[in-house]
Amino acid sequence: MFRLKNPRIVLVQILIFILFIAGWKALTTFGIMSKFFVGDPFVVAARLYDWFSTGMIFRHLGITLYETVVAFILGSVLGLLVGLWLALSPTASLLASPYLKGFNAMPRVILAPIFAVWFGLGVTSKIALGITLVFFVVFFNVYQGVREVSPVTLANARMLGASRAQLLRTVYIPSATSWVFSSLHAAVGMAFVGAVIGEYMGSSAGVGYLILEAEGLFDINGVFAGVILLTFFALILDAIVGIVEARLLHWQPREATTVGAPA
Amino acid sequence: MPGIETAVPALALRDIACHFPARGNPGGTYTAVRDSTITIAPGEFVSIVGPTGCGKSTLLNVASGLLKPSQGTVEVFGKPLTGINRQAGYMFQADALMPWRTALENVVVGPEFAGMNRAEADRLGRDWMARVGLAGFEKAYPHHLSGGMRKRVALAQMLIMDPKVILMDEPFSALDVQTRQLMENELLELWQADRKSVMFITHDLEEAIALSDRVIALAAGPGTHPIGEFKIDLPRPRDVAEIRHLGEFSRLHAQIWEALKDEVLKGYAQGKR
Repeated sequence: MFRLKNPRIVLVQILIFILFIAGWKALTTFGIMSKFFVGDPFVVAARLYDWFSTGMIFRHLGITLYETVVAFILGSVLGLLVGLWLALSPTASLLASPYLKGFNAMPRVILAPIFAVWFGLGVTSKIALGITLVFFVVFFNVYQGVREVSPVTLANARMLGASRAQLLRTVYIPSATSWVFSSLHAAVGMAFVGAVIGEYMGSSAGVGYLILEAEGLFDINGVFAGVILLTFFALILDAIVGIVEARLLHWQPREATTVGAPA
Repeated sequence: MPGIETAVPALALRDIACHFPARGNPGGTYTAVRDSTITIAPGEFVSIVGPTGCGKSTLLNVASGLLKPSQGTVEVFGKPLTGINRQAGYMFQADALMPWRTALENVVVGPEFAGMNRAEADRLGRDWMARVGLAGFEKAYPHHLSGGMRKRVALAQMLIMDPKVILMDEPFSALDVQTRQLMENELLELWQADRKSVMFITHDLEEAIALSDRVIALAAGPGTHPIGEFKIDLPRPRDVAEIRHLGEFSRLHAQIWEALKDEVLKGYAQGKR
């Protein structure tokens, strides 16, 4: 992704953050809302500092990130392969279509208890849940991306002697790449949802487990600290996807170019 | 060119008809092309003119092997065509370059498909980039290039394969007049060097006369078919900008326009509906 870092924009963004925290603090300080329900931003910050300074968070964070990354990678690769296959094989696509639509419409988070029964309370059940969430996001985008390949570019490659495998490598996949990446941004979030919901439903470690534990003790600050931590790491993973995307899609026009005559 | 008729044609479309499923009418068919026989001799430059939307591109797609005709046969140097026409290069009307590849990578894509090694393909590619006047633009991506430059890349991409037959579908229609005349002259120059057979589709009668040995006029669609053939005996080498001022050019133009006029009006009326 290409972003112009305008210092004034960044300044305003920081200002919004400060205003938000100040508003939160004011709400509780002046007793407009109870600390019991919305917590206190300073206590949340102290809790986060605590987690990191004692080092207790690293084990939980490591497990959650591990589940997320593995689910993200496996789900994306699976979505990519199945998406390519179905987009290029009309018969398979027709056969699979009602089942895929059904699976996609199903609220898949509800599979968490089933996966817990199948795979136990360890990381495997969380990864499985993450994969089912990630897969469909990537799959539908790849499928659409391949379908939208320019027929002229395709005909041109065929006239130049491309075999089926060469068409796949030089036309279909590069053409679908931009679709894949737009889906990967959504997929990172989905992988996190899978990991955390999985932990929340039943586990003995992970950030989702920490949140569940805090909730059980009516420790609203602990819940917020966990949520903020997850948000922060989701942003980091999203940024990594953005960097890879910028490298692979460097050929795309970034702004309107006005070189020479219109085509 | 005397004696052409006796030689084996480079490209022969015989009694071609193409029916398509009609839009908005399930079970019905739409006949784009019928009773079309067109032959092109080795080394001959043939233009096909007709009203817009009459099915000119359909004929070209049949010649390329991308489209199987409903009836009729295609022969390439006397052999019946099955599948893609491997002897032919096709230059499309729309942009057909791969936007994710640089100009040079686009030019060498044909040799790459054929399994030529990278270094050799690059050397050949640079040579062709220079021949179409694009030396120095090897690393540019298509969106960095102007419409005319993209057409040159497409031309090099096709010619690097050394096709015996060249199929062109209004390749310069999107260009401004000046760029267009430059490209037409360059095309003639490249063609003059090793006389390939060309089937050139255009709706521009002046372009057709200026470039060709022979002009075939098509009827308005549906069910388009050749309605007249005209030999163009203008001297070569030609300059497309100057040749328009010759008296003979005007005479040919008037003669072909006479045949084409009614069809163009018919096509126009259909377009308005």
